[in-house]
Formats: sequence, C-alpha cells, structure tokens
Amino acid sequence: MQVYLPIAELSVDIFLLLAMGAAVGFVSSLFGVGGGFLVTPLLIFVGIPPTVAVATQVNQVVGASLSGAIAHWRRGNIDFKMGAVLMVGTLAGSTAGVWLFGVLRKFGQIDLVIILMYIVFLGGIAALMISEIVRAIMRERRSPGQRLKLHQHTWLHGLPFKMRFRKSRLYISALLPLILGLVTGLLVAMMGVGGGFLLVPSKIYLLGMSTTLAVGTSLFQTIFVAMNTTFLQAVENQTVDILLAVVLLAGGLAGTQIGARMGTRLKGDQLRLLLALMIVAVWIKLVYDVISTPENLYSLEVVTR
Amino acid sequence: MMSDKRTRTTSGLAAKIATTVVIIGIVLTAVIWPYLARADYLVADLSKRRIDITLGFSGAEVLLFGATDGGGDVVVVVRGPKQPVVVRKKERFLGIWANHDWMRFNDVPAYYYVASSKPLETIASHATLSRIEVGFDSIPLTPSDASPGADAESFRAALIGAKERQGLYSTGPGQVTYIGGRLFRTTVSFPATVATGAYTVEVFLIRNGNIDSAQRWPLFITKVGLSAEVYDRAHKNSAFYGLIAIVIALMAGWLGAIGLRKA
Repeated sequence: MQVYLPIAELSVDIFLLLAMGAAVGFVSSLFGVGGGFLVTPLLIFVGIPPTVAVATQVNQVVGASLSGAIAHWRRGNIDFKMGAVLMVGTLAGSTAGVWLFGVLRKFGQIDLVIILMYIVFLGGIAALMISEIVRAIMRERRSPGQRLKLHQHTWLHGLPFKMRFRKSRLYISALLPLILGLVTGLLVAMMGVGGGFLLVPSKIYLLGMSTTLAVGTSLFQTIFVAMNTTFLQAVENQTVDILLAVVLLAGGLAGTQIGARMGTRLKGDQLRLLLALMIVAVWIKLVYDVISTPENLYSLEVVTR
Repeated sequence: MMSDKRTRTTSGLAAKIATTVVIIGIVLTAVIWPYLARADYLVADLSKRRIDITLGFSGAEVLLFGATDGGGDVVVVVRGPKQPVVVRKKERFLGIWANHDWMRFNDVPAYYYVASSKPLETIASHATLSRIEVGFDSIPLTPSDASPGADAESFRAALIGAKERQGLYSTGPGQVTYIGGRLFRTTVSFPATVATGAYTVEVFLIRNGNIDSAQRWPLFITKVGLSAEVYDRAHKNSAFYGLIAIVIALMAGWLGAIGLRKA
C-alpha cells in the first residue's frame, strides 16, 4: 500500500516504512543508539530526499529515545549528572555545528564531508570496540577466574576539574564529558543523527562507564538533542515530514518491544559485539560508496530557494 | 437615346458587379474554407484537467482522446512547470568520488512527455518539430551558470538522462493509437514524484510535414486535503509545525514505554 509523503513529495510503500521504523526501535532499545545512522541511508535509498530523510529521522529519534530512556530509568540505568554535563557540551557543539555546516555548504562539499566524518568516526569506534573485545577474549583464555581491574589509568585521568559521578562510580575530569558532548553536538548538527552511535562506545571506552549506564544515559540525553534538532530543521529548512515520522514511529513502537525483550536476554559482551559488527557493516558500506565508481556520475538537485 | 444608352450601361454595370461578386465569393471561399474547416480537422479532450495529490496518491494517468477527419499524424506534448536545477558531476580525487563540475539550468520543465502516432522523424522535419518543442533536443535548456570547464552538451544530456530514469521525461513513437483511422487516444502517466503546478497539454495534427491543427489545455497538479494541510503548515507556521512534530514523537515514545512496562 502506497502512502504519499507531503514534504518528501513522493509515495512510498507504507509497510516498507513500518519495517524501517521497527528496525530503528529495535536498535535503539537494544543498544541505546538512535538508529538514525542506519535508517537515514535506507530512507535515501528509497528515494526520499536526503534533507527530508535526515530531518524526519531526527524527529523519530525523539520518540524512540524517550521510550528507551523511560525503560532504562525504571531499571535505574541513567546517570542524570553525567547526562546533564554531556548535554551542556552537546548544545554548545550543535550550535557550533550549525555554523560550520553553513561554512562547508558554501564550498559545495557538505555531503562528502559528512560521509568522510562518518567513515573516520565509525572506523575509529569499530577499531576500538573490536580490539577491546579481542583483548577480553584473550584475557579470559589466559587467566580464567582472575578478577579484572575496574578500569585502567591513562593520561585522561590527569585532567583538571575532577567531578564525582556517583551513579557511574567515576571520578573523572568534567572536561571529558564536556568535550565528548561538544564533539557529539557537532556531529548531530552536521550529520543529522542523534549521536548515540558515537556516545555509547565513547562512554564505555573513554569514560569507563558500564554498558547499561552508557546506554541509558545516552538515551536520556538524546531526547533533548533530537528535540532541539527537530525544531531547528522544521524552522530553518521545512524538511520534517510529519507523516513519514508518524509511520516510522508506529513501526518503532513494535521494534522497541522486541529490542527490549532481547536486550534482557543478552549479556553486555554480546551486546557490544553485535553493535561493533553493525558499525563495521555500515562502515564498509560507506567506504564502498565513496570509493566505487558511481553508476551515474551526474546528480540533479532541484533548487527550491 | 440617352436613356437607352444609360439603361444599357446600367445593365452592363450590374452584370460586372454580379461577376465580381461571384469571383470574390469563389476566391474568398477557397481562401477561407480551409480555415473554417480547420476547426473540424482535430477535436480532442482530456479525461481530467486537474490531478489531486491526496495521501493515497501513487501517480496518475490522464487519457487524451479525440478524432481527426482522417489521415495525418497526431503528436501530443505535455510539459510541467519550470524549475531551476543544478547538475553536478563527480570526479575522482585520491580514490574518492566527489562533486566537482556543476552547471545550473534555470527553466527546466519538471515533466516532459511526447507521444506520437508514428516515429517522429517520419512525421515532420526536425525544424518543424523543434518549432513546437517536440523531441529532447528541442527542449530549451540553456545553462545560466557553471563551474569553469563544464561542458554544456554533456551536462544537458546528463540532465535529460537523469530525468528519464526518474520517469519524468519520455518521448517515443506508437503511444498514440488510432482506432478506425479517425479516433485516437493516448495515456499520459505521471509518477508519484511528479511536481505540483501548472502543466500544459498540447496536441498537434501534422499532415505532409506541416502542422495542420493544434489544441492546448492547462492541467493542474495540486496537493489537496491532509497532504496540502501538512505542506502548508510546514511552510507557513514552521515553528508551530516543529513543536507539533516533537509532541507527536514524545507521545509515541511514551506509548512505547507503557508497552515496555507491560512486557
């Protein structure tokens, strides 16, 4: 059954959109990431203009992250203090990101810059995660039963402005979450995603938070980031398609339920491995798209303004 | 004598006048008749003059049907509203494909469709066809701006090729079918990605390489109902629209959370 999307200005099979929404809901409740980085390319592939896909995806992330955050809040998986510090950084970062977006756009290369950013960040995260997982497996083989250190001390712990995050059982410099938030905010503004795919692994590997707390806190923070971005997109570009968002959200409701049920059955390590594999898959696809010879060298853009 | 002569002259004058009138009549008829009859050469109409884009819209078809007085070929041209379009070309830098050259065209028809009862080149000369903008190379596409070194011909061809792939441009023979030598029909189809605005539909009757007769209609494609409402709100009250979008998403998210608790 086809449904006409008034802002995207084309009609798409409604069941296909529901399935995509379900995928976002599933991924977001399982891993605490918005899922935008997975679904935005799919929406573009279906023929929805990238600007509409990005803006509408962010709108769906508002809903997906809220239901995920509520579920994690019930289980006590949100570090509100950490979330608040991160949010300060994110809001500053997204403001700077909007400005940077405008500058890069003048040079006409914003699309490529976005994809290259994805490749660099996703590649880095995937490498970190995989090396971590491999090391964990090796450790287990070498000395079974030996208790692991909570976390290792690096130069990151020598930074000033130390702050205690009781919930996360961390005593780290407030600069770390601030900078992390700043970078995430930049990405949110420039890539139109919730930023969870970057936040969750960074919280685990850079800040040393536990996987469940990282996921819950990310979801909590993403609600506000996504709300802000949705509003800005609606006002600045008029590219939020409410109808598309509603269909995606409806699919998302189903996906969230399935994801949450699976999440309780999987262990933290398995969850991390799954997330790493998914990031690697997206990374390979992005690299392939940039390097392989495109089917059509020419592209059209109908100028609206 | 005088009167007799006058009478003769008068009758001679009357005869001359009568002859002149008849001659003028014959000449006038010969000259005007084709014009009078021309209206009867071609009669056609569209199945609809307006296409409504509702939420269920997945493309539309318009039937164009009509009759000729026999003989000749029919050419149908449908053109969409004009839009500015930027065409970009990718090039390889250090193994990465990036947009490089670009060209801007200001008046690109959003839609272009040509149907004819026979292959175009057998119907009329290239000059005749390009006068009525029939055929891809007759679409007036002139670049308004471009990056240095961009080749106009290849960018023009790329623009038309991309439009063809999107199903927005097409031209081909045999799409106008004759029924019994006098009635003809063709179906114009619009994909779901069709632009809104004022379209023109033209039908030409071509005989011996000349345009004999023509008819033209406007065709409007507009959003109606909820899809029009959403579009208007997004563009006119965008802050309010953004807030509504957020509220809807929050409500859906909350609903999802209730479902999770029950699970």
